[in-house]
Amino acid sequence: MPESPNALKSTVNNDLSTLTLAEARAAVVSGTTSATALAERYYERIAAVDPEINSYLALTKDRALAQAASVDAAVKSGAPLGPLAGVPIGIKDVLTLKGAPATAASKILNGYHPPYDATAVAKLEAAGAVLLGKLNCDEFAMGGSNENSAYGPVHNPRSLDRVPGGSSGGSAAAVAAGLCAASLGTDTGGSIRQPAAFCGVVGVLPTYGRVSRYGLIAFASSLDRIGPFAHSVADAATLLEVLAGTDTMDSTSSAQPVGSYSADLAKPVAGLRIGVPEEYFGEGLDPEIRAAIEKSLDDLRAAGCSIQKVSLPHTSYAVPTYYVLATAEASSNLSRMDGVRFGHRSAEANTLANMYRKSRDEAFGPEVKRRILLGTYVLSAGYYDAYYRKAQQVRTLLTRDFLTVFNDVDAIVCPVTPTPAWKLGEKTEDPIQMYLEDIYSVAASLAGICGMSVPCGTTKDGLPIGVQVLGKHFDESTMLRVGAAIEAAQVK
Amino acid sequence: MSAALALSPEVLAKYQPVIGLEVHVQLLTKTKAFCGCKNEYGGEPNTHVCPVCLGLPGALPVLNKQAVEYAVLAAKAIGCEIRETSIFSRKNYFYPDSPKGYQISQFDKPIAENGELIVPGFDAAGNAISKRIGITRLHMEEDAGKSLHDGFADSASRTYIDLNRCGTPLVEIVSEPDLRTADEVFEYLTKLKEILLYTGVSDCNMEEGSLRCDANVSVMLKSDWEARGTAAYGTKAEVKNVNSFRYIRAAVEYEIERQIGVIEDGGRVVQESRLWNNAEGRTYSMRSKEQAHDYRYFPEPDLPALVVGAEWQKNILSAMPELPEARRARLASEYGLSTQDAATLTTDRELGDFFQQAAALAKSPKRVAAILLSEITMRLRGGELVLGQSPVSLNGLVLAADLAEAGEISSKQLKQLLDSCFTESKDFAFIYDRDKPQQISDTSAIEAMIDEVIAANPAQVAQFKGGKRTVSAFFVGQVMKLSKGQANPALLNELVVKKLDA
Repeated sequence: MPESPNALKSTVNNDLSTLTLAEARAAVVSGTTSATALAERYYERIAAVDPEINSYLALTKDRALAQAASVDAAVKSGAPLGPLAGVPIGIKDVLTLKGAPATAASKILNGYHPPYDATAVAKLEAAGAVLLGKLNCDEFAMGGSNENSAYGPVHNPRSLDRVPGGSSGGSAAAVAAGLCAASLGTDTGGSIRQPAAFCGVVGVLPTYGRVSRYGLIAFASSLDRIGPFAHSVADAATLLEVLAGTDTMDSTSSAQPVGSYSADLAKPVAGLRIGVPEEYFGEGLDPEIRAAIEKSLDDLRAAGCSIQKVSLPHTSYAVPTYYVLATAEASSNLSRMDGVRFGHRSAEANTLANMYRKSRDEAFGPEVKRRILLGTYVLSAGYYDAYYRKAQQVRTLLTRDFLTVFNDVDAIVCPVTPTPAWKLGEKTEDPIQMYLEDIYSVAASLAGICGMSVPCGTTKDGLPIGVQVLGKHFDESTMLRVGAAIEAAQVK
Repeated sequence: MSAALALSPEVLAKYQPVIGLEVHVQLLTKTKAFCGCKNEYGGEPNTHVCPVCLGLPGALPVLNKQAVEYAVLAAKAIGCEIRETSIFSRKNYFYPDSPKGYQISQFDKPIAENGELIVPGFDAAGNAISKRIGITRLHMEEDAGKSLHDGFADSASRTYIDLNRCGTPLVEIVSEPDLRTADEVFEYLTKLKEILLYTGVSDCNMEEGSLRCDANVSVMLKSDWEARGTAAYGTKAEVKNVNSFRYIRAAVEYEIERQIGVIEDGGRVVQESRLWNNAEGRTYSMRSKEQAHDYRYFPEPDLPALVVGAEWQKNILSAMPELPEARRARLASEYGLSTQDAATLTTDRELGDFFQQAAALAKSPKRVAAILLSEITMRLRGGELVLGQSPVSLNGLVLAADLAEAGEISSKQLKQLLDSCFTESKDFAFIYDRDKPQQISDTSAIEAMIDEVIAANPAQVAQFKGGKRTVSAFFVGQVMKLSKGQANPALLNELVVKKLDA
């Protein structure tokens, strides 16, 4: 595999850079190392490497080491160990961890320490995970390059002068750089799949409702989803099994039974029908990415899958539809950042109106402001029908596209992004160009189906390429099996 | 009550007021609308709060099932149809006591619509009529917290926020613009409160804000109304901040006259919110930019559609009590009570329940009603007590009624016994046992008194003998007086007639 000349060079605890979740757990459980020692080694590596990457916004060392100690005690006493026992995991900073900062990479939440744990992080900890810290991202998860963080951009560990993707750029980069064995990110319009592709790791977008959103600082409630980043599909399956399930604190979480994702990976993919949507291979698709995906399709064919062309005719409406609905919800969700109870309050807040105006003006970044304005506009009297209502109707059509195709195929395979990771600063001046990068990811977000990005090669410049696998609602099992088959073919 | 405006009755008579009401009612659920916090009035500021009702980033609402059930009960009690699938929406606005920056409410698909209340009113000729007031909708929403502008040392420069109330479940009941007078407004609210209290979904306590009312008032020329119908409706002003039914009547009256005054002076009524100032008896413009508020309603993505299917509705409605109107009719026919007595007994559910339980145990329900509505009610009022504080228990009332019905105590004795109950705060059975009137049931003693009265009243004896038998009552009364009320009334009646016939 070619490597970018700008790839990470540090060698401190370099063995961690490829350590999988499964390997980490096995080492702790077998006593090869202790959870505490493992966590300490990650912290050493973070101290040495992260200044180049900027993936962590906060370390939660006390909590992590306390959890590691309790895992170690359990190992010693022979107590039952969770599926993530001792596994060091990083958390995107849009998820709440009691007592730790939760900034959503925004200045407006500066100093805010939530008094409660997000359901997803509580589940990880209950399974034995050691939560190392909070990971950088685009402000309020708005962006596709991680350049919108108020705390500086994240650098792509595969090529430090390039973006890691976004919004979960820190989550993808930290796994890719070996700064945690796995991480949690969130995906509203591609924010797990795209950075996973850019950084060369596995990223999974579970079906909407599969993982509780309680404790996820909302960007767009009907689209936001929490999912794992990992070194392997098997690791992602293990994490998803822990994360999935209904939650009384989230009315939109689903009561559908959780699949046996890990066990199902053993099932052969032979006989599965794979759909290839023609709309995802049009103009603008980087030829190296096209070639890598076609290679993966060949691999699947070789594994016994049947490959067929399918059509998702409303695909071209997905980006505008997404930016109407996501910004509408965001404009409302971000209203609570008002300077009243937490976070930034302007020093010039001498009247109520000024408190709102100045606090928000001073502390929201330009992309967040842009989206609040857009969202406020599309919900305004006189424009609602033309924008918001129309977008909801198109969302139904986009969903129907997928449901129709899934009558004939078991999974869809397509690109995640039209291009590989671009250079830092390259697109920051052109938000529309940046939005268009979401062309292959937002339709699945709007439809609520599950998706994932699996590494499937590199460009001649050494930049990772990801392939997207999309599955039916709540059929993560089949999707993960297809992902695993693609992954297996890479290793060969 | 309202500050008088110098408008002649002739001028006022040219105009037709049109009034619609928006009533907010807090529901008496155990917990808040979307979280598990206690739903309780008061408490140390910011103690009944959690990440959800504080609107902390990442927290999500979960709908309280009991709030839905109470909303359905309230809706059905005022004749609404239930929408099987209703939608929660966000009403977006910034205010410090609204921590999310939006209120979860219902907008275009509320849980209930198309109800009505029948209220007493008058037709054009001044005849008493029953008037139907349409109810457009009843929808569910959450209450805001409270901004405390006064009462702190630094209140001049700061406002404090108490979020205990935040997330309290509310229903908003919106009437059609069917009300025409301030009196109708008063009657509508009285009737609405009476029904809601019966359902038990709210305590409708206006002082504590569990029932709040805004009135939309407009006026138009009657001639215009006759020519153009609803197209002639004038510009409305919303009157807010009124915390008793009496004041609402006064505020609406004032507002009608104010608007007529504006038009008569050649001006135009401005669409605005106006605050009622009770001390001055007038409304004031809020003069805020809020008028042009665009709430940017959209479906709440954190809550799935609310489905109240037939089965659930049936279960909810099994808790529906008999409502005042129906109970009134039934009490009148079942117990032969007067319309007036039936109405009084049903003004609140507790009194009606108390009566029914006593009536079921007593020999004469009518006697129970009479004692309850006169003797007991009068003494409660005198002591500023509510029924629940009465020293006379249900069984006490039954005993009193039975004794009176059997003639074992006279009405005078009953009054004396009840007086003792109330002054000593003792139940009727206790007082009766202790002070059991020394009733004279000795035939010869009563006969002796009858003889005395007959001897003293020869004229009345002659009347009786002449065929006017009702005069016997005169003798009964005289003997009773002579016995200081202690003669056994039944025995006395019997002996008087016997003596007179002898």
